[in-house]
Amino acid sequence: MVEALETLSLDLEEFKRLHAEAHKETATKRLAIVASKGSLDMVYPALILSTTAASMGWETAIFFTFYGLDVLHKGRYKGLKVAPLGNPAAPAPFPALPIKVPTIIAAIPGMTAVATLIMKRWMKNASLPTVEQFLDMSHEMGVKLIACSTTMGVMKIKEEDLLPVAEIQGAAAFLHYASKATVTLFI
Amino acid sequence: MPQQTQELQENKVLDSRGLLCPMPVIQASNAVRALATGQVLKILATDPGSKADFPAWAEATGNKLLKHEAKDGLFTYWIQKG
Repeated sequence: MVEALETLSLDLEEFKRLHAEAHKETATKRLAIVASKGSLDMVYPALILSTTAASMGWETAIFFTFYGLDVLHKGRYKGLKVAPLGNPAAPAPFPALPIKVPTIIAAIPGMTAVATLIMKRWMKNASLPTVEQFLDMSHEMGVKLIACSTTMGVMKIKEEDLLPVAEIQGAAAFLHYASKATVTLFI
Repeated sequence: MPQQTQELQENKVLDSRGLLCPMPVIQASNAVRALATGQVLKILATDPGSKADFPAWAEATGNKLLKHEAKDGLFTYWIQKG
């Protein structure tokens, strides 16, 4: 009888240990983002969410694929743009004008540069970091910045074209990571 | 004579006025990391999203939101490192 109880109490300790371990594993949250677009307005949400998640103690990774890979491209990440063409919400260059940019105006050469300047000015006036600053912050906070290897192959981007913070992965590695994520987003 | 309203004594003040999400939370996260357990960070913010963000952030990170105030568009938070 005593022996049986002793066995039970040992089992209880073991149970407690296993329970604590299992709880610890689920206690760490994980965010897995696919960033598939290379325009400023699509890149900011991914960077804002990933840095915020990291500040909350979450494990976080962004998988940059297709045009999103420009964010990790040495020669391109500083030159991300936003196009007014095809965007019915694009505001007029002067906030005083109560109109949106008509499609015919948005199609004029140079309008993408104008829209980009305006968006960068918004970000600056709102004291929001630039894409470069966000990337540095993300890296310092432990966010994994993953370059999609297929995109590299398709777009002829070499490893040395990427920022040193980038890690190269394929879909299997990212899916494996995402399968254990509490939040997954496709942007 | 004991005072009727006891003032919270903060160990550090973070001024994130004028900054938008996610900067107040990220700065607070960095500031809290430099504190010892039990110490208090006072945060000044103007981002209206911070009203929802700081309670959520504190809960997620195991820190304690001791008190918060909102007055004339200024939000003040006292967070104790857990």
